[in-house]
Amino acid sequence: MSDYMNADRFISIEGIARHYPKAGGGQTTIFDDLWFSMNRGEFSCIIGHSGCGKTTVLNILAGLELPDEGVAIVDGKAIEGPSLDRAVIFQSHALLPWRTVLGNVSFAVSSKWPDWSADKVRDQAMRFIEKVGLKGSELKRPSELSGGMKQRVGIARALSIEPKILLMDEPFSALDALTRGTLQDEVRRICLETGQTAFMITHDVDEAIYLADRIILMTNGPGAMVAEVVENPLPRNRGRIDLHKQPDYYALRNHLIDFLVTRSRSFKDEIPPGYEKRHPPVVRPTATTAPNAGLSAA
Amino acid sequence: MSSNLTLRASVLSFVIFVLFIAAWHIATRQIGSVATMDPEYAKLMGLTATTGKSAMPGPFDVAAKIWEHLKNPFYDRGPNDKGLGIQLAYSIGRVMLGYCLAVCVAIPTGFVIGMSPLMNKALNPFIQLLKPISPLAWMPLALYTIKDSAVSAIFVIFICSLWPMMINTAFGVSAVRKEWLNVARTLEVRPLRKAFTVILPAAAPTILTGMRISIGIAWLVIVAAEMLVGGTGIGYFVWNEWNNLSIVNVIISILVIGLVGMLLDQALARVARLVTYPD
Ligand SMILES: Nc1ncnc2c1ncn2[C@@H]1O[C@H](COP(=O)(O)OP(=O)(O)OP(=O)(O)O)[C@@H](O)[C@H]1O
Ligand SMILES: [Mg+2]
Repeated sequence: MSDYMNADRFISIEGIARHYPKAGGGQTTIFDDLWFSMNRGEFSCIIGHSGCGKTTVLNILAGLELPDEGVAIVDGKAIEGPSLDRAVIFQSHALLPWRTVLGNVSFAVSSKWPDWSADKVRDQAMRFIEKVGLKGSELKRPSELSGGMKQRVGIARALSIEPKILLMDEPFSALDALTRGTLQDEVRRICLETGQTAFMITHDVDEAIYLADRIILMTNGPGAMVAEVVENPLPRNRGRIDLHKQPDYYALRNHLIDFLVTRSRSFKDEIPPGYEKRHPPVVRPTATTAPNAGLSAA
Repeated sequence: MSSNLTLRASVLSFVIFVLFIAAWHIATRQIGSVATMDPEYAKLMGLTATTGKSAMPGPFDVAAKIWEHLKNPFYDRGPNDKGLGIQLAYSIGRVMLGYCLAVCVAIPTGFVIGMSPLMNKALNPFIQLLKPISPLAWMPLALYTIKDSAVSAIFVIFICSLWPMMINTAFGVSAVRKEWLNVARTLEVRPLRKAFTVILPAAAPTILTGMRISIGIAWLVIVAAEMLVGGTGIGYFVWNEWNNLSIVNVIISILVIGLVGMLLDQALARVARLVTYPD
C-alpha cells in the first residue's frame, strides 16, 4: 500500500466541483471538493449510482468540460481542453456513420499525425482494426455492424492514436453478456500488453473486479464524494472465467456490493472518523480481513 | 412481392393514362350546333362558332404538335418564334445561374448561422422578414436597380432559392450530434477540417433537402418571372402562345414545365441519396 502512495501520480483530480443552477433558483452541487489520483499504467474503474456525476468526472478528464472549481492534472499539467493524449471510448460508440470502419479509425490517426502519408495512416489504422479482430470488415459502414463490432471500432479508434490515457464511459453496457466478455478480455489484454493507463466508468461489479487495479467508489449525489479507493487484491494474471475461484473474489465483491446497496446512500450521514476528502481511504478487501478491516487513512 | 407491386402500379398508371386520353379525346371531338350568323361575325368568333369543333385541342392535335417540336426544337426565327428547346434552355440557364449563386451565398451563410448562436440570433429577424416575401415582389426593384430584365429574372431566382437553403443549412449544422462534435474535439481537429470532415457530411442530408425545396421554388418562379419580363424563356413562350391563341402550344408548355421540374427534382434527389447515411 505504501508503494502505491509513493508511485508518481500520473493523473490527479484536485478539489473539482460541478454545480448546476436549480430550477427554482439557487444551485445543485453535483459534487464538490473531489480528490483522487491514478498512477501510470494503472487501470482504474469508478462505480457509483446513476446521476452521481461519473460522466461529468470523465468529461473533465477528457477536457470536454471544465470543472467549476479545482483542477484535473495530467502528467504535471492542468487540463484545459481535449487532447490527443487522452482518448475517449464513448458509451454510444459515436462513430461517424458516413465513414467506413477504416475511415473512422483513419480519421483519428490522421488527426494525431497530420503529416503522415495516406499509406502510413492506413497501415496504422489497419494494425488496430486487426487488434480488435475486425480485419475483413474494414470497408463496412457502421450501419452494417453489430453493436459489439461498433464498440470494437470505437476501441480501435481510441487506441490507434496511442494515447497516454484511455477514458471509457460504460463502453460495454449496451452489449450482450457474451460480447461484453470478449471485449473485456480484449481491452484487458491490450492494456496489459501496452501498459496503458485507463479510466473506466462501469455499473458492473464483475467488470470492475476483472479489469481494474483500483476501484473508486463514488457516493450518491447531489454532493457526491469519493468514499474510498479499493485496491484489487486479485492476482494480475486473473482470468475472466475463473474470476470467482480466486480466494479474495467474494471479499472484494461483497465489499463493492455492500457499498452500492447501502453505504453509497448512507455514507454522507455516517462519515467514518478520520475521513478526509483530500485523501480518501484506500482499502484492500481480502478473504482474511474482516469487512472494512483494511480501512486506513491514506 | 415488391416487383409484383411495381408491375401492378405500372399497369394501373397506364390504364389511368389511357382513360384520361380517351376522356380528353371524347370531350374535345364533339361537334356542337353551328349557329347561323353573319359571316363577318363568325370569322371573328373563330372555328368554334363556324364548324362546331371545340377550340380545345384534342390529344392527337397535341401529340402531332409535340412531334413537330421534337423534330426541330432549336430553330430561331426572330424574337417571337423560337423553338421550344431554345426557350427551355433560356429558362434552365437562368434558373441554374440564380440557383448556383444562391448556393454560394446560402450554404456558407447558413453554416455561420448554424455554428454561431450569436449570428443566429442577430440574423434571424432579417431572415424571418425576408423569407415570406414573394420573389416576384422584388421584380420592380430589381428592374429599377439592375435595369436589365434578364438579370432581374436571375436575381429573382437567386432571392427565392436563398431562404430554404440557408435555413436548412443552419438547421442541419446546428443539429449535428454532440457526440460527433465531441469526437472531433477529443481528436483536436482544426476548425476548418472539422467543418469539412464532420459538420458538412453530417448536415449534408438536411442541406440537400433545402436545395431540393429551392430548386422546386426556383422552377415555379421562373415561369412567372418570364411572363413578366418577356423576351425569352418558357414562361414567355406560354404567354406568347396564349396571345396567339395557340392552346396546343400552351398545353405542351405546361407538360414540358412539369417534366423539367420533375427532372430537376429527381437529379437532386439522386445527389441526396449519395450523401445520406444510414443511422
Ligand atoms: N446540463 C445539466 N443541467 C443540470 N443538471 C445536469 C446537467 N447535466 C448533468 N446534470 C446532472 O448532473 C448529474 C451528474 O450527471 P452525470 O451524467 O455525470 O451522471 P452519471 O454518474 O454519469 O450517471 P449515469 O450513471 O446515469 O451515466 C446528474 O444528476 C444530472 O442530472
Ligand atoms: Mg454517465
